[in-house]
Amino acid sequence: MTARGALWDERPVSRRAVTTAGLLAPLAALLAGCVGGTGAAPPGTLRVLDSYTNAPDNGIIGAALDRAAAKVGVKLERVSVSGSSLIQRVLQQGSSGTLPDILMLDNPNLQQIAETTALRPFDELGIPTDGYTEGVTAAGTYDGRVYGLAPTVNTVALFYDVRALDEAGVAPPTTWEELRRAAAELTGAGRYGIAFCGNATYEGTWQYLPFFWSNGGDERDIAAPQGAAALDLLAGLVGDGHASTSVLNWSQADVKDQFVAGRAAMMVNGPWQIPELSGVDGLEYDVVTLPLRDPGSQDPVAPLGGEVWTVPATGDATKEGLAAAVLTEFLADDSQLSMGEQRFTVPGKPALADAYLELRPEMATFADLIAGARARTAHLGAEWPTTATALYTALQLALSGQADAPAALAEAQEYV
Amino acid sequence: MSTTATATAPSRTVAPARPRRPGAARHRHRRLVTALFLGPAVVYLLLFYGYPVVQNVVMGFQQYTISTFFTGEAPWVGLDNYREVLGSPLFRTALLNTALFTVGSIAGQFVLGLGLALFFRRRFPMSGVLRSLILLPWLIPLIVASAVWKWLLDTDAGALNRFLVGSGLVDTGVPWLTSTSLALVAVIGVNVWIGIPFNTVILHGGLQNIPEELYEAGALDGATRWRAFRHITWPMLRPVVSVVLVLGVVYTLKVLDIILGLTGGGPANATQTLATQSYQLSFTTFDFGQGAAVSNVLIVVSLVFAAVYLRLNRRAVDE
Repeated sequence: MTARGALWDERPVSRRAVTTAGLLAPLAALLAGCVGGTGAAPPGTLRVLDSYTNAPDNGIIGAALDRAAAKVGVKLERVSVSGSSLIQRVLQQGSSGTLPDILMLDNPNLQQIAETTALRPFDELGIPTDGYTEGVTAAGTYDGRVYGLAPTVNTVALFYDVRALDEAGVAPPTTWEELRRAAAELTGAGRYGIAFCGNATYEGTWQYLPFFWSNGGDERDIAAPQGAAALDLLAGLVGDGHASTSVLNWSQADVKDQFVAGRAAMMVNGPWQIPELSGVDGLEYDVVTLPLRDPGSQDPVAPLGGEVWTVPATGDATKEGLAAAVLTEFLADDSQLSMGEQRFTVPGKPALADAYLELRPEMATFADLIAGARARTAHLGAEWPTTATALYTALQLALSGQADAPAALAEAQEYV
Repeated sequence: MSTTATATAPSRTVAPARPRRPGAARHRHRRLVTALFLGPAVVYLLLFYGYPVVQNVVMGFQQYTISTFFTGEAPWVGLDNYREVLGSPLFRTALLNTALFTVGSIAGQFVLGLGLALFFRRRFPMSGVLRSLILLPWLIPLIVASAVWKWLLDTDAGALNRFLVGSGLVDTGVPWLTSTSLALVAVIGVNVWIGIPFNTVILHGGLQNIPEELYEAGALDGATRWRAFRHITWPMLRPVVSVVLVLGVVYTLKVLDIILGLTGGGPANATQTLATQSYQLSFTTFDFGQGAAVSNVLIVVSLVFAAVYLRLNRRAVDE
């Protein structure tokens, strides 16, 4: 292009500047390579990979890991990468034989990674695996063996603006019918009744799941009428104008921003938003379980969220043993309680619930839900991503009005 | 293009400087020099272009999943990936969207770019400053640009809708990015905005290469304004126009970041293109085999246009 004499700005770049840039570029690349280096750590030092890049989680997890390492007497070399690039990093490390000694994974990914034989089962390493909720155990289990456990977990519930509901004379909804009515009455004057995440990612699937499961939906047969009824509820909220059509494009963080800005009176979201919500002046909110179609005959089934910790198969038996010892301490009761209190997440062991609620009474709703929370991979295992994609496809079809709920799910099932 | 330039230019300058040698030795010497100059370029092309393309083609015939990275096993599945991908309803949607996105983007970018290039042909106060401002969209990282546009186009709180509602043009906010019928239009609009600087710069360069005397001669014969454009500017600009269009098509076919940033392929796949589908297959569902199959389709389409480009370019050089 430039050879055609079509230079926009005729001022030439000095040759020296070009030469200097050319010489510096490889140097910079070399430095960057050293910083992100994945070379083997010295004995007595374990390499850790996780995706807690943001404060305060980064510091809280780091401190908990350091405490566990100190008890075992090893040092840690920790790297945190963003959640979206974690799996890509793990794949790179897997193919080059440089997996870390301790690895964090988002729980729906565990079975996919365990399937590749990249992880060590906990029973061989002697890491205690009992006392966890059924959901936590299921999320960490592949082919009958536990490969990872979550010290603390989370799920989603209904946040509401206390003052907005008071002013409208609306009680927090417990049934779908009440939810529809509350959303209608709370809509108006630049505000929608409810906000939720219905975007074309796994986040959209994750927020649809509690409605889908609680109404008896089954991910092995997504086109069944129970799931369609749940989808119809969400599509109706958007169709009636009580939720913005923007839910099609909102992430959960966007949903929180809408709620904080007063543009939604209720929202579906998780406890990881609590630190930020508590810091907002003049916002008074509370949390209740997501409404059920028929509370008389149904129990809430929440999707289990949270990160599991694993020991990759590095081939170095000594380090695998040390990693197992560190994880044993990291997953211990006091460690779970401390992380749960600081991060607004619920300990993975139900026996700790009472002690936890003394520290964090405001987490009662979430603690109740976690006891019965279901792992997304419980039935489908490594096949889950395909169905998760189909579910958000159906969600998008129904919320955008392209198809009614049963037709949307039937069409999405073709993708499975 | 670059290889022929490096290969012929030095041999022309180096050879005469050497003392005369017997024919065969001199011939061998010249070949060695040619090889030395060609070598780095060939190695570079093979390493960074040849290998990835071949690997991608091979991957399209394999069941290449997460496990492959750990076990190294990628079973050969023949045409299964292509059968699966080409047979899915999503592929037809993505193919149609890719065509609409490319044609819409190129048409918008070219017409507006040409208009601006003609406008800036005249010298007027501040023309230099304004010309530099035109480049701004080029300087903003695409992720930032799409985040800002997403905010501007928001249904309820976006600046564009506030203006439209405030001025009484519409009653309620237009769901630019969340309506299945408007999302593709909005995404094309943003991509046009991003592509205008490229078109303006190249076309402006082409315009400056047209000798002023032609216009003076034309003016004497009564060709001014539209007739001057029709009979002088357009024919003289044709080689540049074809290059701009072909390069534009190749750039637009592979656009990924803008769509991911604005809509993520939604709502309900309304903005799903072959590029986003390939990305999602490879990096969200981790089915690298199928992802490679889609991107191979995309490579073939791009190759057709690249061949057209090379032909046009050769003809332009010959002229």
